[in-house]
Amino acid sequence: MSSDSGSKQMLTVDATEAVAMVAHKTNEVIAIYPITPSTPMGEFSDQWSAQNKPNIWGTVPLVIELQSEGGAAGAVHGSLQTGSLTTTFTASQGLLLMIPNMYKIAGELTSTVFHVSARALAAQGLSIYGDHQDVMAVRQTGWAMLCSNSVQEAHDFALISQAATLESRIPFVHFFDGFRTSHEVNKILPLGEEEMRAMVPAELVAGHRRRGLSSEHPFIRGTAQNPDVYFQGRESSNAMYNATPAIVQKAMDSFASLTGRSYKLYEYFGAPDAERVVVIMGSAVETVQETVKALNANGEKVGVLAVRLFRPFDASSFVAAIPATATKVAVLDRTKEPGSSGEPLFMDVVVAANEMGRKFDLVCGGRYGLSSKEFTPAMAKAVFDNLNAASPKVEFTVGIHDDLTHLSLDFDSSFNTEDPKSVRCLFYGVGSDGTVGANKNSIKIIGEETDNHAQGYFFYDSKKSGGLTVSHLRFGPNPIRAPYLIEQANFVACHAESFLEKVEMLKNAAPGAVFLLNTIWNKDQIWDKLPREVQEQIISKKLRFYVIDAYQVAKDTGMGNRTNTVMQTCFFAISGVLEKAEAIAQIKKAIKKTYGKRGEAVVQQNFNAVDQSVENLFEVSYPGQVTADHSRPDAVPASAPEFVRNVIGKMIAFDGDNLPVSAMPVDGTYPSGTTMYEKRNFALEIPEWDPSICIQCAKCSLVCPHAVIRVKLNKSEDLTAAPTEFKHVPAKFFKEFPGHDFSLQVSPEDCTGCGLCVEACPARDKTNSARRAINMTPVQPLLEKEKVNWDYFLGLPEMDRTLVNPSNVKNSQILQPLFEFSGACAGCGETPYIKLVTQMFGDRMHVANATGCSSIYGGNLPTTPYASNKDGRGPAWSNSLFEDNAEFGLGMRLALDKQEEYARELVKKFSDVLGDDLVTAILTAEQKTEKGLAAQRERIAILKGKLAGDASPAGKDMLELADLLVRRSVWIVGGDGWAYDIGYGGLDHVLASGRNVNVLVLDTEVYSNTGGQASKSTPTGAVAKFAANGKGFPKKDMGLIAMAYGYVYVARIAMGANDAHTVKVLQEAEAYDGPSLILAYSHCIAHGFPIHKGLDQQKLAVQSGHWPLYRYNPEIALAGGNGFQLDSKDPSVELEKYVYNETRYKMLQAQDKARAELLLGQAKQGIAARWNHLQYLASQGKAVG
Amino acid sequence: MMVQTNTTWMGLSLRNPLVASASPLTRKVEGAKRLADAGVGAIVMYSLFEEQFLHESKEFDHFLSRATHAHPEALDYFPDLGNYNLGPDEYLKHLEQVVKSVDVPVVGSLNGCTKGGWTEWAKRIEEAGAQALELNVYQVASDPDITSGTLEEKLGDLVVDVASRVKIPVSVKLSPFFTSLPNLAWRITLAGAKGVTLFNRFLQPDLDPDQLAVVPQATLSSSDDLRLPLRWTAILAGRVPAQIALSGGVHNAKDFVKAVMAGAQVVQVASELLQNGPQRAREIVDGAVAWMTEKEYDSFDQMRGSMSQAKVAEPWLFERAHYMKALSSLDDRFV
Repeated sequence: MSSDSGSKQMLTVDATEAVAMVAHKTNEVIAIYPITPSTPMGEFSDQWSAQNKPNIWGTVPLVIELQSEGGAAGAVHGSLQTGSLTTTFTASQGLLLMIPNMYKIAGELTSTVFHVSARALAAQGLSIYGDHQDVMAVRQTGWAMLCSNSVQEAHDFALISQAATLESRIPFVHFFDGFRTSHEVNKILPLGEEEMRAMVPAELVAGHRRRGLSSEHPFIRGTAQNPDVYFQGRESSNAMYNATPAIVQKAMDSFASLTGRSYKLYEYFGAPDAERVVVIMGSAVETVQETVKALNANGEKVGVLAVRLFRPFDASSFVAAIPATATKVAVLDRTKEPGSSGEPLFMDVVVAANEMGRKFDLVCGGRYGLSSKEFTPAMAKAVFDNLNAASPKVEFTVGIHDDLTHLSLDFDSSFNTEDPKSVRCLFYGVGSDGTVGANKNSIKIIGEETDNHAQGYFFYDSKKSGGLTVSHLRFGPNPIRAPYLIEQANFVACHAESFLEKVEMLKNAAPGAVFLLNTIWNKDQIWDKLPREVQEQIISKKLRFYVIDAYQVAKDTGMGNRTNTVMQTCFFAISGVLEKAEAIAQIKKAIKKTYGKRGEAVVQQNFNAVDQSVENLFEVSYPGQVTADHSRPDAVPASAPEFVRNVIGKMIAFDGDNLPVSAMPVDGTYPSGTTMYEKRNFALEIPEWDPSICIQCAKCSLVCPHAVIRVKLNKSEDLTAAPTEFKHVPAKFFKEFPGHDFSLQVSPEDCTGCGLCVEACPARDKTNSARRAINMTPVQPLLEKEKVNWDYFLGLPEMDRTLVNPSNVKNSQILQPLFEFSGACAGCGETPYIKLVTQMFGDRMHVANATGCSSIYGGNLPTTPYASNKDGRGPAWSNSLFEDNAEFGLGMRLALDKQEEYARELVKKFSDVLGDDLVTAILTAEQKTEKGLAAQRERIAILKGKLAGDASPAGKDMLELADLLVRRSVWIVGGDGWAYDIGYGGLDHVLASGRNVNVLVLDTEVYSNTGGQASKSTPTGAVAKFAANGKGFPKKDMGLIAMAYGYVYVARIAMGANDAHTVKVLQEAEAYDGPSLILAYSHCIAHGFPIHKGLDQQKLAVQSGHWPLYRYNPEIALAGGNGFQLDSKDPSVELEKYVYNETRYKMLQAQDKARAELLLGQAKQGIAARWNHLQYLASQGKAVG
Repeated sequence: MMVQTNTTWMGLSLRNPLVASASPLTRKVEGAKRLADAGVGAIVMYSLFEEQFLHESKEFDHFLSRATHAHPEALDYFPDLGNYNLGPDEYLKHLEQVVKSVDVPVVGSLNGCTKGGWTEWAKRIEEAGAQALELNVYQVASDPDITSGTLEEKLGDLVVDVASRVKIPVSVKLSPFFTSLPNLAWRITLAGAKGVTLFNRFLQPDLDPDQLAVVPQATLSSSDDLRLPLRWTAILAGRVPAQIALSGGVHNAKDFVKAVMAGAQVVQVASELLQNGPQRAREIVDGAVAWMTEKEYDSFDQMRGSMSQAKVAEPWLFERAHYMKALSSLDDRFV
């Protein structure tokens, strides 16, 4: 690629924006669906169309969100067949869902480009990160595939592929590495409209349009063909494919003449007389190029061949691009095809060489970089070294340690090729502090306001609250092409002190680097607070050590907990990247640009934070020897099980990269309930219980999203060894448990400090109305004693379930939750429902969980929250996909039903041994109560005892299946994106099946996990991504649709409005021997309101009529009554009082008041009409309930 | 003989002295037009609350920024389209439209909370076309360390700041809880105000003992509420150079007449118009004119102040003795 043509015109953007810029300019219709990491491309397109930004023909592209990627592909297909330039963006499973349409689109020789941020596929586990498994799964569809290796290339190839598809008529997948390229911020030269127009000539566009269906000149396309002609038809387009590589090269050449940036289909870099060559595709090309440069500078003769056009694979151009001197070739694939002879690129190289008669002494194939696994120059060097080895590995992996099949290459991690002129910076932040956002701003400042080049890449852990972010920033006078993490940083900043105890961050500090720490301790106190390992690194590397109390500065300047502006200012003040005064001026300019549209007050607040920062920044003088009295604690306690210590503990400590292959469960099976070992300690305030005010209602426990507030009833003899500060009082509000004490305990290390519990507490101090029975209190004075109390509390006996009638809220809370300490957001509105379900049915519960928030906080490593009780029973949980969850859960039900049926048959077979009484008792057991369930478990124990040692096939089966005779509870759990949109077809079928499944829809009215895109549950007037101008039509009424079957139990619940109703509904739904659908209102950070007020918002949702509570119970209907019961009162609160507490609605007011008023009016009409309808339903026949 | 209804207020020509007080009626241009059509002499816009728009702006920023860039799958949660109508711009645009849409003087109303804010927004209101400005200095003093003298000094400084930076006349809307209102009104006049508005209507929060909650409540006035501003208008009329706008408790023609007789240059009405519609303005004015015709008054100007403290036969009735007499009349009733 040619060099820059002046920094003035350059932009610093990530590849999603760089690609969307071209796609939006060169298309007329864009059909989208969110999936990580492609989502921002759709979001940019939607946003630009909402802002009326036109394409190069002066018309604003029409952007539409579909219900799934399959739907998007269908809409794209239809639009293409009708002659419009149409595109979409996707990745991973989304691309797989498009495959059927891709065959059609290619078979019909239709010009289009799908832009794919390539991502791993869900196999033994899901991964959102980058590799080529998804694109390799479509290489057989007949699409051309063009790979870009950097942000600039992604921008450029978006246009080149658009030009090539129009000329060749072959559809193109344009792909680039998910996250590594899609989310890397880099400095690019943007394309202008003139260049785009020149590359997309009007006559080709007209040709595309003319090929579209039109009733003015009808034809038929999409016939069904018989054996006589299908084959020939399939061969008829061969010439088009043969011509495509030359067309792509021609487009690249035209592009070069327009922009000065030239590309080749297969581009060689390195020694012209290289002996060893690596063939590779994607961002890693640049890593190998850097390595090649370094190795050749040391006298080696190596090179790298970048594959840009992967399909159609042009064997001739490919082979011609390899120097004639090359004898050894290593082909690297970023994918895995288990059981194959080799991965796809490797196979292509072998075949191409064979076809072209090119002989090599050695061609070996390796896998690297799956799920964004690091691929560094050290690893690239290992690949070259392998080619020279006496016994090279012909099939290998690199980047991991494979101690099972020994395929992995060893590498010397000290080898690095960093540009000595670059400044490399690492920032360790906490998710909510704004570190990443500020760093993106810094990159823009340096990239766009100076001649320096800039690169940013961001690591996030999987927790939705209190998670770690690591920003990797490089700046320098030379273009930066280092698509791997920083290992030798000149500047390391720790924005959250607690991470010093958890992450070995200074191992990546270069000698003499600057270390900036945000801490509450001043420059004279801090040294003694540091762990030994940190002191050692500071001393041995002679780091320049600075501290600032950014929390205090942020608080004093009205910034709350967002320390980003403060830390950004400190970075500029001491990193030396820019002159200080200049830097501060630039920060302020950036602040004005970023926040200006949110009001002058916000700008001034940030300015103030900038000014205060430098004054509070101090350099620390430290002694020459380590003085620490403590070391960094182990990630998990020594008492944890071996697997947790040796495997999960390493992941928690951010050391999972060093786990060998043998440490991995071979089939993705992990132990349940491991969150208990990961103490995250990030709440600044936790709830403190005041028993003297408490009325023992347990509402605080009910609503706690992370199950950190627990209640127990224990006999006083169980409490004799209680720590002195352990609180327990007579359980005077539990009349059915005389002689018991009530204790309420908080887990101080697991609390997120959300405050929902305080808002839930109905009890007030008679002398001080602000004080409740539970109050938020600074964690520090409480921490140690509450840790002791918590441990003691956990050891207290759990309540005997057979003694508890869980029909009311407080009783439900003395049952053990089997869902705890998840990584959900602080204040999550979904998890309290899940936790409650596990309390009521967890010990016999199977969960099918749709992909989304609930599968991430429910199943994302390193630790998972579904736990088990003292008997080892607990929820059995699995996640299949996003779209198939209802069917997946149905499959679980079918398997359980079949196994139970067989077990019942076997019981009868063994009646001689078991005795008729036992057989009858087992087969007719009442299992709707805990007493009944316990009795059945006892019978099964007797059965097992009687059959113990029976070695007959039937006897073995009976023993294996006996536990199935206890009723299992199948729960199908997911969000509204799944239930209303992508999974709706399957959900409908599962409900229609009549099988006994319980569907729990955690309805946040938006796609929460991917960042707030509209679903069909999004209500009228709410702003969401893909509904940027406010959703213009009403929320789908899933309840009414499901009720139409007549045999589906349907209910809408909102815990904050009526918790007793919630408990009752869950009981009824579970007890109903058929399908149940529960729609649970779940407040969410994507609504934009103070999250601790979640319950109030739920109440207002109900009181305003937006979320009426009701139940439809088919059993009552079958008994001749009115199965429908309206459980909330007439709307009594104006809708405005509910909606205008939330940013999702207020945004529209701020954007377009007239539209906000219009949609508010429509929403009110909708509420009134629905209420009338529900009242009508409730008035039919006799209600029973 | 026809009663002359026209008058002036702080240099503005008014067709009559009934002024629509700051209220939600002016939130829509249509509402302001209805007021003008109903014959009011001038319109005071609803207040621009600096504290509110600062809060809204910061809150908006908070929720747009919260949890952003914290998780790889959700870098943010809202589409950020920009161009939000936050802060005073919407108010100012609206004011401009109201000014263009009505044929009576429009008075801006401002409640600031920062020193810079008062002057900045006062200027912007003037630029938007307001012909006068009412400073809504409503504040509840809750800090025991701040003396009444300090508060009054600050108020004086504020009036100097604003009045010296705008060319349009300024009236200061006061609360009734100043110890020496005549002195304060005098000082405000010296500071540059052309008028005072008596009085600001307080939001009086209520308590809900069942919910243990403080319940903010805005209640409308009744004619009984007139007596407080009436007394102070009567006391101040003629004693301070500021022109007095009486506000609070005027619901009918009789109330209107009393206010003018006490010395009000103009009479502000809001509750009555909110409760019974803007057309009540015309009915009140017409009623007053009919009464004046019957009593043979020539004009409001003639009648103004005729029952101010300085011009009644028993001026002491406005002062302490009045209190004594009221008590004894109560005693009579309960004996």
